Amino acid sequence: MTSKINTYKRFTSIFLLIFSLFIGFSNNLSASEPLEDTIEHGHSADTAVAAHDAHGHDAHEANGPIDISAIAIEHVSDSHSWHFWGEGHDAVAAPLPVILKGNNGIVFFMSSEFHHDNEGKTIVEKNGERFVMFEERVYYANETPNEYGQYVTLTIDEKEVSVSNAAPLDFSITKNVAQMFISVIVIMWIFMSIAKAYKTQGVTSAPRGKQSFFEPLILFVRDDIAKGNIGHGSEKFVPYLLTVFFMILINNVFGMIPIGANLTGNIAFTLVLSVATMIVTNINGNKNYWSHIFLPHAPKAIWPILIPIEVVGILTKPFALMMRLFANMTAGHIIIISLVGLIFVFKTIYIAPVSVAFALFIDVLECLVAFLQAYVFTMLTALFIGSAVADHNEDGAHTTDDDHATAGH
Amino acid sequence: MVGSIAAVGAGLAVIGAGIGIGQIGGHAMDAIARQPEATSKIQTAMIIAAALVEGVALFGVVVALMSK
Repeated sequence: MTSKINTYKRFTSIFLLIFSLFIGFSNNLSASEPLEDTIEHGHSADTAVAAHDAHGHDAHEANGPIDISAIAIEHVSDSHSWHFWGEGHDAVAAPLPVILKGNNGIVFFMSSEFHHDNEGKTIVEKNGERFVMFEERVYYANETPNEYGQYVTLTIDEKEVSVSNAAPLDFSITKNVAQMFISVIVIMWIFMSIAKAYKTQGVTSAPRGKQSFFEPLILFVRDDIAKGNIGHGSEKFVPYLLTVFFMILINNVFGMIPIGANLTGNIAFTLVLSVATMIVTNINGNKNYWSHIFLPHAPKAIWPILIPIEVVGILTKPFALMMRLFANMTAGHIIIISLVGLIFVFKTIYIAPVSVAFALFIDVLECLVAFLQAYVFTMLTALFIGSAVADHNEDGAHTTDDDHATAGH
Repeated sequence: MVGSIAAVGAGLAVIGAGIGIGQIGGHAMDAIARQPEATSKIQTAMIIAAALVEGVALFGVVVALMSK
């Protein structure tokens, strides 16, 4: 009992320490260097304004309001370096490997060679080719710089900046890829130790440690989600469903902590998950499944409408899965960043209690959403798999249709 | 007129979500009032339906974000 109280006290003190550090840092950033803050974000976010501004670098006078939406988008986007805290030259950031396939072969270097430059002004020359980074994308550098010292050809069209340079194939270990590796290691560590615990202790003794926390979740996925939606063939699909569920859950949780990366809010990641679901569903589709799509049980008159709908439905169901997870996670993170960013917009520390209170409320909601989105994705996947492997006899409506069909002849 | 049409679109999508989830919650309350012992099942179903409705509303928000 005392050990429980001790851990409770320890967690409370750690929480208070982190909270005070957070307040302290936000105080530091807002009070001491508001100008540099604006300049840095003015540069990386609003290149259109900087391009129109003749004195691109010394925008000290053009110290307008901070563009919170650009900061938020920058935080939820992928990046070639893992930025922890700080601004500009004081930034504490870990560089990540940049792996490109250019015209002369594969190049490998660390993103620190770009020296935190996001505007195409620093050239990295490797393997006979010159690369430049603009807005976290690597392009082939132009021969000569434009009037702002940038080696990319920009077309600015009402605050929309588009680059017309060619780009090499980018296989870099970006922040999201590194986050994926980290969460894979975490998941493997958790589940391998749980599996070992089952092997050494057997399933009849009470679970201990990580096992006791994850066992209800695992059984929930196996019994409620898999068996409830798939029926009697569910054991084959439980590994995939468990993988999807915990991958989404762990990455959602990582996305919420300050040092983690927003992986589930990356549409490429959710695209891959939904494509995997689509592949698993359609490979395991039996005759029933395909006959429902191409020969539906409906009057032949509406088949021209119904069959295209069913065929497109094969694609739209995974598409909805992808969009739902991506939008939920990204929107949640943008809200939290915007609420905390109010401190920077108003440039005063006194809005911090309101701001942090709202952000705390949204954070609690985000905890629920993190679990809920993992559950909804997994449940819908199980539902689709269930519809793909469903047996003919289990659906009562079909027998009456068959009777009518045979009676009509 | 300040701002963009995309923000108006996002706002309209959120109205849809608000109406939808409000209806779900309201009907869930009625159901719980009728049969308090089924509260946990009704609650689970309500949360699932709310997540799906919210997903649809967020499609609209994402389209608004892309168009801006």
